[in-house]
Amino acid sequence: MAVYLDHNATTPLHEDVLQAMLPVMQSMGNPSSLHRFGRLQKDTIERARQQVADLVNAHPDQVVFTSGGTEANNLLVKGMAASADINRMAISSVEHMSMLEPAAEITDKCALDYIAVDRDGRVTPDTLEQAILPDTRLVSVMSANNETGVIQDIASLAEIAARKNIWFHTDASQAAGKIDVSFKDWGVHAMTLSAHKLYGPTGAGALLVDKRLPLHALMHGGAQEHRLRAGTENVAAIAGFGAAAELAKKELKERAVHALHLREALEQGLAQIPQATVFAQNARRLPNTVQFGVRGFDGETLLMQLDRMGIAVSSGSACTSGKTEPSHVLRAMGVPQELALSSVRVSFGKDNTIADAEKLLQALGEIIDTTSKSAVMMAANV
Amino acid sequence: MSDKHPIYLDYSATTPVDERVAEKMCSYLTREGVFGNPASRSHTFGWEAEAAVEEARKHIADLVGANPKEIVFTSGATESDNLAIKGVAHFYNKKGKHIVTCKTEHKAVLDTCRQLEREGYEVTYLDPESNGLVDLGKLEAALRDDTILVSIMHVNNEIGVIQDIAAIGELCRNKKILFHVDAAQSPGKVPINLEELKVDLMSFSAHKVYGPKGIGALYVQRKPRVRLEAQMHGGGHERGMRSGTLATHQIVGMGEAFRIAREEMEIENRRIHALRDRLWNGLKDMEEVYVNGDLDQRIPGNINISFNFVEGESLLMALKDLAISSGSACTSASLEPSYVLRALGRNDELAHSSIRFSIGRFTTEKDVDYTIDHVRSAVEKLRELSPLWDMYKDGIDLDSIEWAAH
Repeated sequence: MAVYLDHNATTPLHEDVLQAMLPVMQSMGNPSSLHRFGRLQKDTIERARQQVADLVNAHPDQVVFTSGGTEANNLLVKGMAASADINRMAISSVEHMSMLEPAAEITDKCALDYIAVDRDGRVTPDTLEQAILPDTRLVSVMSANNETGVIQDIASLAEIAARKNIWFHTDASQAAGKIDVSFKDWGVHAMTLSAHKLYGPTGAGALLVDKRLPLHALMHGGAQEHRLRAGTENVAAIAGFGAAAELAKKELKERAVHALHLREALEQGLAQIPQATVFAQNARRLPNTVQFGVRGFDGETLLMQLDRMGIAVSSGSACTSGKTEPSHVLRAMGVPQELALSSVRVSFGKDNTIADAEKLLQALGEIIDTTSKSAVMMAANV
Repeated sequence: MSDKHPIYLDYSATTPVDERVAEKMCSYLTREGVFGNPASRSHTFGWEAEAAVEEARKHIADLVGANPKEIVFTSGATESDNLAIKGVAHFYNKKGKHIVTCKTEHKAVLDTCRQLEREGYEVTYLDPESNGLVDLGKLEAALRDDTILVSIMHVNNEIGVIQDIAAIGELCRNKKILFHVDAAQSPGKVPINLEELKVDLMSFSAHKVYGPKGIGALYVQRKPRVRLEAQMHGGGHERGMRSGTLATHQIVGMGEAFRIAREEMEIENRRIHALRDRLWNGLKDMEEVYVNGDLDQRIPGNINISFNFVEGESLLMALKDLAISSGSACTSASLEPSYVLRALGRNDELAHSSIRFSIGRFTTEKDVDYTIDHVRSAVEKLRELSPLWDMYKDGIDLDSIEWAAH
């Protein structure tokens, strides 16, 4: 079986999570119905709400379930911009597309400024201060980047925003389940989560919302989720999200230690390959993520070759894959275009082994060797 | 199901996932199955997931006579309605800002229209006829030069009546006005052929057809092409109309549910229709019971009955052994009488005494017979306690009484 090293794109469902979802999936009832079937569905949702809140140290009342991280980010951006007094927002330039695109979509209602990152992909307190203008009302910086794995110091950044009375949101889709995430201790007002990045199902996510936040609904047609998200709840996926969150909390340390072990092995191997450069090497990064460039190689070709050799990785975000543009994240970090186009992102999961890391290193070595040899031969022929 | 209580007769609110659907979904979740992100373009895991999504898209298109490229996946019919109505309104707002819909639409349509009114659009809410159907002449009279969209549902969720969307479609197409149909309740119950229907946009739901919750679709016609402003951004999935990671297992589940519906709907509807008739025949000889909505232009599984002189909430309490509702699940938390029945011209009392029975795939004759006995005795008991019933029996015209104010 092929080796899957693309857990930041999506994770397989945890077997225990499936067991939690199955009875819900086959049970009857619409959670809005008043009869017993309906009430049991409602109970299932409330249990999951508690589990999700527990993972990120929030109150269950703060959890608004959505169809996923993308919807949560759209709800935050557009739902805030719908408020009369939110006319300017600042977001980091390395955000996920589900933050960048909606923000760019509504600039007629809400002006948009980008917060720069340093060479290692970090938003520093200084750059945040600079990006905040007198009328900025909302700041959003992701907790950890999906491509580079760079972890931002959200607590410090949120404090700066708080001093200026500015709402602060963080997209913690990639961070939750991999590092400690705390809605309360970080002092944020809103947070995005996604189930399928932490061994839960696709189709469930959440926006955690401070009750004071002037947020408007994005979708209309029902009173579900404190009137912030209309539509029949995806009860089975929500139950799966809850179960996955509980497991993630329980296994957080163990998973992190395991991932870091694999990451270190991979990075040590990469250090032996002269063409390889690990991006954001000096930053604190997610334990499972390594993004690197291979000088002189085209990233897409590399990925195809690796896939043929039974290794699944990506160049960056799945949501932008298939595009030939260099990653906006690497560009924001000042990585030269050619190197950015050679990027490979490896994201380990809890079921990977050290052998998987070694297999990748070996495959990379072979590809580089063969290509270099044929380049030498071609040069000789000329 | 027969011996389990309460008996589930609320298939219009939601249906259980068919076992065949659940089984199929399970192979698209864990490590042993196809779990990749369909948007992943760099490896087999992603391609396999994408292939599964495309197969499901085809099953959905096949049931409704569409091209798979015309199917856009969403998180459910509510999102589809929001996307269709806001998407059209925002895209075509230079052409006009007037929308026509009907008072008996689902909240997903009505609340979306209310939102557009707040944004400066004008909406005409048509009154249906007393049988729940939209009168074509009245619809035509409501259309204006600046009308950009007509949104009329196919099958009503509370009373089950089927609108003549073929005729409405012709009218709209002639006037070059876009036509959206909320068809959350109709797949598998009423044949739909979008190749022939002049429908530009149609909303679908999986969980009303024995598929999973959390997945739906919007049909967006390609010829002539309908344009939409996306409501969710970030990645450009679904040809830019709906961003967000596709939930492969749910899409596969919806596809399987629609495939089964296509294969079995004819036989299933005959069976369900017979059960519905059995239920109505068991109740119709009672005094002062009324069917809400046209009895013929109606899906097989639905019957909505008002039991005069019985208070709806008390009746629901007395019928605890039956999982039924007084109307839409989405408005059931409120104790207001159904706005759908009010729009039909039913007075508050009758609207308040209504029960929706919706029959489905797993309902048995035994369930129906139990329901008949149970409803009859509950209604009788409640009427015995009702002073209004006594007065009615004494021949007093209740409408003539002037009630003292308290």
